[in-house]
Amino acid sequence: MNTTAQVLEKNRERILEKWMQNQLSDASLRDDLMTNDELQRQSREMLDGLLRAVAKGNYDNIYDTEFEQVTDTLRDISITRARQGFSPRETGAYVLSLKQSVIEVLVEQRQDDTSTLYKEIMQLNNLLDNLSILTFETFIKGREEVILRQTDEISEISTPVIRVWDGILALPIIGTLDSARTQVVMENLLQEIVNTGSNIAILDISGVPAVDSLVAQHLIKTVSATRLMGAECIISGIRAEIAQTIVHLGIDLSNIKTKASLASALHLAFSMTNLEVRRTERSKAPKLTR
Amino acid sequence: MERIPILKMGPFLLVTIQIDLYDRLALTLENDLINMVSQTGARGVLIDISTVSIVDSFMGRILGNIASMSRIMDAETVVVGMQPAVAITLVELGLTLQGVYTALNVEKGMELLNTKLGDNLELDDEEEEDQDDRND
Repeated sequence: MNTTAQVLEKNRERILEKWMQNQLSDASLRDDLMTNDELQRQSREMLDGLLRAVAKGNYDNIYDTEFEQVTDTLRDISITRARQGFSPRETGAYVLSLKQSVIEVLVEQRQDDTSTLYKEIMQLNNLLDNLSILTFETFIKGREEVILRQTDEISEISTPVIRVWDGILALPIIGTLDSARTQVVMENLLQEIVNTGSNIAILDISGVPAVDSLVAQHLIKTVSATRLMGAECIISGIRAEIAQTIVHLGIDLSNIKTKASLASALHLAFSMTNLEVRRTERSKAPKLTR
Repeated sequence: MERIPILKMGPFLLVTIQIDLYDRLALTLENDLINMVSQTGARGVLIDISTVSIVDSFMGRILGNIASMSRIMDAETVVVGMQPAVAITLVELGLTLQGVYTALNVEKGMELLNTKLGDNLELDDEEEEDQDDRND
């Protein structure tokens, strides 16, 4: 009697054909992201590896050396698909449609021997389930890498210190302020104050979605540190709802200069440094006089 | 015993701390400085801590004490050149040095002292003339 591996080996082309059919018939197939030839090549590689591993009689542990090629290929495919923007369903369907085709072929071949068929299906089912778990693991890991990289990028680009005028720095804060970010913001700001010798720093919080007592505390800390360095700090961009929250929470910002907009903060900064912006007579570019 | 020199510059006293302050040295400095203020009748004290990289709560308190004592003796205190890391540490310790003036460097600190005390000093008139010149 033929062993499972032999039966599968004999029907390799049929399995591949059925598998390809299954994959291609799936309405959600993204032929815009991957060509059919590429899919065929990947599938053949994967099936070859799988059959070789099954021939060694290993149905349980997909982390054994026989499965190395299969798992490698699968990880490769999953991670590429995660990066290319495939949905989890599409990625999962890849292994699950293989299961379907293998089982279909087995059913055809073992019509007379149901007990062997049952055993074989159970084994293969188990094996392919394990492989699909691996697919999801890798897929999600790939996605998480993307998310982590984006988080890093966001925190890097979101704390620029801008020199708006000689001796005046502005720091637009975008996104939620947590302890870690406050630390970065504070360090950047203080270092920039030292580098440029600025007297005034404007913290613009129009991009901060919500201010709670913790965020307010972080802001107060930043302002205090700036003051210790010998510079003045103005907080601007306080929206109506933020002002309401601050008052309702009973946060005392009376020691801090606050302005509604960056423009008025800049105006205040000019008057603090005895600067004045005037319109010139001949309506040329505005000139600054001391 | 080590001592931190206190320099007299016109109506001001200038202290540059160039070594790490340990507690005894800080206490000695506080003592010496207040004595100098009373001896010279200085109107302003400028403390440069630009080379100090480590501070603790004691040091923060000493700075606060010096400022309060000087104010009683009619002298303003300006701490200049605090490093970012030091500023962050002090804020984390909850010491915001209320009542102490701060400036970025010695030059700006001197300017600040001059403007704070400007009303009572002879320099006043000259300074205003300078500003007038610049306006022209």
